Amino acid sequence: MKLFAAVWVMASLAMVTQVLARDIVITVKDVTFSPATVSAHVGDRLMWNNRDIVVHSATARNKAWDVVLPVNGSGKVVLKKTGHMDYYCKYHPTMTGSVDVSP
Amino acid sequence: MKYIMGFTVASLICSTAAFAATEAKLTDPQIAHIAYTAGDLDIKAAKLALKKTHNADVKAFAEDMVKDHTAVNKQALALVKKLNVTPEDNATSQSLVTQEDAERARLAKLKGAAFDKEYVANEVAYHHTVNTTLEQTLIPSSSNPELKDFLTTGLKIFKGHEEHAQQLDAELK
Repeated sequence: MKLFAAVWVMASLAMVTQVLARDIVITVKDVTFSPATVSAHVGDRLMWNNRDIVVHSATARNKAWDVVLPVNGSGKVVLKKTGHMDYYCKYHPTMTGSVDVSP
Repeated sequence: MKYIMGFTVASLICSTAAFAATEAKLTDPQIAHIAYTAGDLDIKAAKLALKKTHNADVKAFAEDMVKDHTAVNKQALALVKKLNVTPEDNATSQSLVTQEDAERARLAKLKGAAFDKEYVANEVAYHHTVNTTLEQTLIPSSSNPELKDFLTTGLKIFKGHEEHAQQLDAELK
């Protein structure tokens, strides 16, 4: 019974954390990430919408994630660690963005 | 060599544009033809590079050129179909083809690091010339607003290519 209660509490906490987690939307257009700089919390989800006419990517410089963004498509990543993270488009390396993740 | 190449192409484009400006403005069908031709020529150069290069960064750049110019030209074809515009061959397109065909023939005789350097140097010069032409002639001269918007989007992508080529050019020196 106690185990069941513990599992139930953990599951509820996980659900509440999920509900509190935000989606942060970044538009990709004209070879630019917009906004280029965002702030987020652990558990938030970065979502890129590609409104450009060519394929792009959101590739973390520390190789933590590499999301290909098809034309008229989107990609997402859940932020799991705190810190500053730079990313870029691997097909257009002068296209850059960053995210600051706090707890 | 890249400066001679770039200067020659630039002179041809400028003289054609100047001629066009005094005699007659470039028409939308001619502008569409120039934009499509410029992209198609870069795809051809990139395919040559993919056959010849052993450098991973040059290969990645050439793959980007094929991918992006193919996507932009596909959009260009869809747009001219929608607008019922038939691209029209013209002196500017023809001079671009002549120059770039000659440059590709020259590059085809090179190999290894020499090929990589000359290919990338030409990409810098070529993109700079095409971007200048887009910005100063093709976009201002285009009548149809959708064509103008499309060329403006294309210019942003091609400016990114120019910057990428410049970075690669510096790496290969």
